[in-house]
Amino acid sequence: MSLLKPGHRGCAGCGDAFAGKFVLDALGEDVVIVSPTGCLEVFTTPYPESAWGVPWIHSLFENAAAVASGVEAAMNALGKKNNTKIVIIGGDGATFDIGLQAISGAFERGHDITYICVDNEAYMNTGIQRSGATPLYASTTTSPHGKVSIGNPQHKKNMPAIIAAHGSPYVATASIGYAPDMIKKVKKAAQVKGPTYVHVHAPCCTGWKFDSSKTIEVGRLAVETAMWPLYEMENGEVTNVRKIKNRKPVEEYLKVQGRFKHLFTMDGKNEGIKKVQAIADWNAKHFGLE
Amino acid sequence: MKLIIKTVTKPGSTRANKTGAWRSFMPVFDHKLCSKCGICGIYCPEGVVNKLENGYFEPDYEYCKGCGVCANECPKKAIVMVLEGK
Amino acid sequence: MRKNMVVVEGSYAVAHAVKVCRPNVISAYPITPQTHIVEDLAQFVADGEMNCEYINVESEFSAISALIGASATGARTYSSTTSQGLALMHEALFNASGMRLPIVMTVVNRALSAPINIWNDQQDSISQRDTGWIQLYAEDVQESADMTPQIYKLAEDEDVLLPAMSCMDGFILSHVYEPVILLEQSLTDEFLPAYDPEFVLDTKNPMSFGAFADPSTYTEFRYKQEKAMGVALEKIEKIANEFKDIYGRYYGGLIDGYVLDDAEIVIMAMGSIIGTVKDTIDELRTEGESVGLLKVRSFRPFPTEAIRKALKNAKVVITLDKNISIGKNEGALCTEVKACLHNTDNRVPVIGFMLGHGGRDIPINIIKKIINKAKLVEKGIFIESEFADLREDLA
Repeated sequence: MSLLKPGHRGCAGCGDAFAGKFVLDALGEDVVIVSPTGCLEVFTTPYPESAWGVPWIHSLFENAAAVASGVEAAMNALGKKNNTKIVIIGGDGATFDIGLQAISGAFERGHDITYICVDNEAYMNTGIQRSGATPLYASTTTSPHGKVSIGNPQHKKNMPAIIAAHGSPYVATASIGYAPDMIKKVKKAAQVKGPTYVHVHAPCCTGWKFDSSKTIEVGRLAVETAMWPLYEMENGEVTNVRKIKNRKPVEEYLKVQGRFKHLFTMDGKNEGIKKVQAIADWNAKHFGLE
Repeated sequence: MKLIIKTVTKPGSTRANKTGAWRSFMPVFDHKLCSKCGICGIYCPEGVVNKLENGYFEPDYEYCKGCGVCANECPKKAIVMVLEGK
Repeated sequence: MRKNMVVVEGSYAVAHAVKVCRPNVISAYPITPQTHIVEDLAQFVADGEMNCEYINVESEFSAISALIGASATGARTYSSTTSQGLALMHEALFNASGMRLPIVMTVVNRALSAPINIWNDQQDSISQRDTGWIQLYAEDVQESADMTPQIYKLAEDEDVLLPAMSCMDGFILSHVYEPVILLEQSLTDEFLPAYDPEFVLDTKNPMSFGAFADPSTYTEFRYKQEKAMGVALEKIEKIANEFKDIYGRYYGGLIDGYVLDDAEIVIMAMGSIIGTVKDTIDELRTEGESVGLLKVRSFRPFPTEAIRKALKNAKVVITLDKNISIGKNEGALCTEVKACLHNTDNRVPVIGFMLGHGGRDIPINIIKKIINKAKLVEKGIFIESEFADLREDLA
């Protein structure tokens, strides 16, 4: 039985719920979870209920890394740390945007914590607004496509590289579409001493607009098209890459999601898809995925 | 009334909320097609597709929201989604 | 000077008081004029004189956030900040109180920007009035130091469990060298019990902190915070007396009077201005003036009943505020004192004076001028509230 208990209010087919479950599957009971504000936080803890079978704390949106720093320091001071892992599970808004300063501080100080970014590429809890993690041309409620807009105009921020630049001993990307790989990476991140980071791609059926049964399939398509490369970095160097056999064109990933539907219907659509394909091509080349 | 509110009570207490009532489609497991691989159990976002003593899998319908991921992921197509009430 | 006194900086006296309270986790970010406190604490840690984790965070927001995590884990926690730093903490202050975490913080009071100004007034802590933190104000360096174990004992009381600010005026108290008695470790260990909370983040007994409360449960969180403040109101006096029994020093509980009982004119104030007011009163008393002082030590919880009782013989009440609610033309103490008298038969006039903003000096003649203005009430001329120390050439 999972340590993330049922009865939570996540949407049917929720990617965050998968991520939360896999993290606890990887870490077991000897863990303290810190959650910033976000979908996972809200839908797991409607007072007086909690879905968490492990100690858990939510404080604010932008301070989870600092809260975790305090938990770790207190456990050290009180002699309670032993092998207990302190793990943050935060969304992309809490990680890329509002919480970045606290994350930078915690990683620079070198606390023995693991940060898991559960990335569904927009502010889903507030109604699908764009974040720094929203990919190019995705239509969100604050980056809608329209007569003069092709959707979100910015590229997704390279968060793993930012974390690696802090000197983190272990940084990995993962996907809920590859559960055993993700669980292995989360375990490793928790075992490595110091501040470590796992960036989990977690498709959101509600925000990305696909059927709830396709959550895992869409996650796999992101990997198979090289839109979401899976790799590990140790002390700043890429040390392991998940290779892709027969890389698929990005259309296969884009066409199953309502947030990219306009790319297939609007004028100049080929230009848009080409630019997205260029991102995948860069990933494939940069990480040597093929 | 105690002055202190426990910030939250027992772990796992969301179990009081039976999310099975959300379901429109229900997954029906066909053991004849099942290879007992367990992928349906891994890819259940509620964590409620459980292994039975005989090695087959069944969802806990009290909580299953009917998302259909298990049916979509089953390599043997041993799970079908059936409209509730039929 | 008494035999066991030493001349130290105010910040050192407070840092030393923090040390003997044995906090487990300190987290702070440097900001003038708080710096000397956190530097002294860092040195204690570096010298092995404190067994605690000291987290050098990247902002005040993370300082308070780290303590939220540490306190929830069961640690005794400490921070110090001021002005912009306290304002930056604002969101997390509500959070610490709502989660009932007894974090203790020394606020070294300083003005807020703009214009940027590093000197003392009390706008910073007053602006955090409604965050659910206990706020006590110290009059001098010794009281600032002595307030530290008192406020830990108060905050950590199992029927209180609220975070608390011990407020001391920036520079005037933090950077002044005064003869003080440094708090003895043995007496402090006797006075302040170890912090052993019932609810902590513990892998053997997992609990969830900081859940989402909907309209059906939210109100009772606020109600219980308010009830806990009510308990604090009773315990402040009790703890001040326990402190007196062990250390032999007493500064009042919620309030304190100075030649108050027969005073027709009562001056109310908080913080280091108390010393100047006392000197002014001493001079005026020799001239036969009936002036007294009501020092407010606890601003949150607000001592409504104690103040009502203390003002029952007053003919005129003067409030001195080093802060302003812009748009109300009043300082917070003025507003609160008026409000606390409103539903009583006591119709004593309350006249507000705002002064000392951004560190402007408050000499005795300003206090005398204020008293003379307040006396105009007897002639039927009433002043609601005004700035007491404006420069006419700039105003």
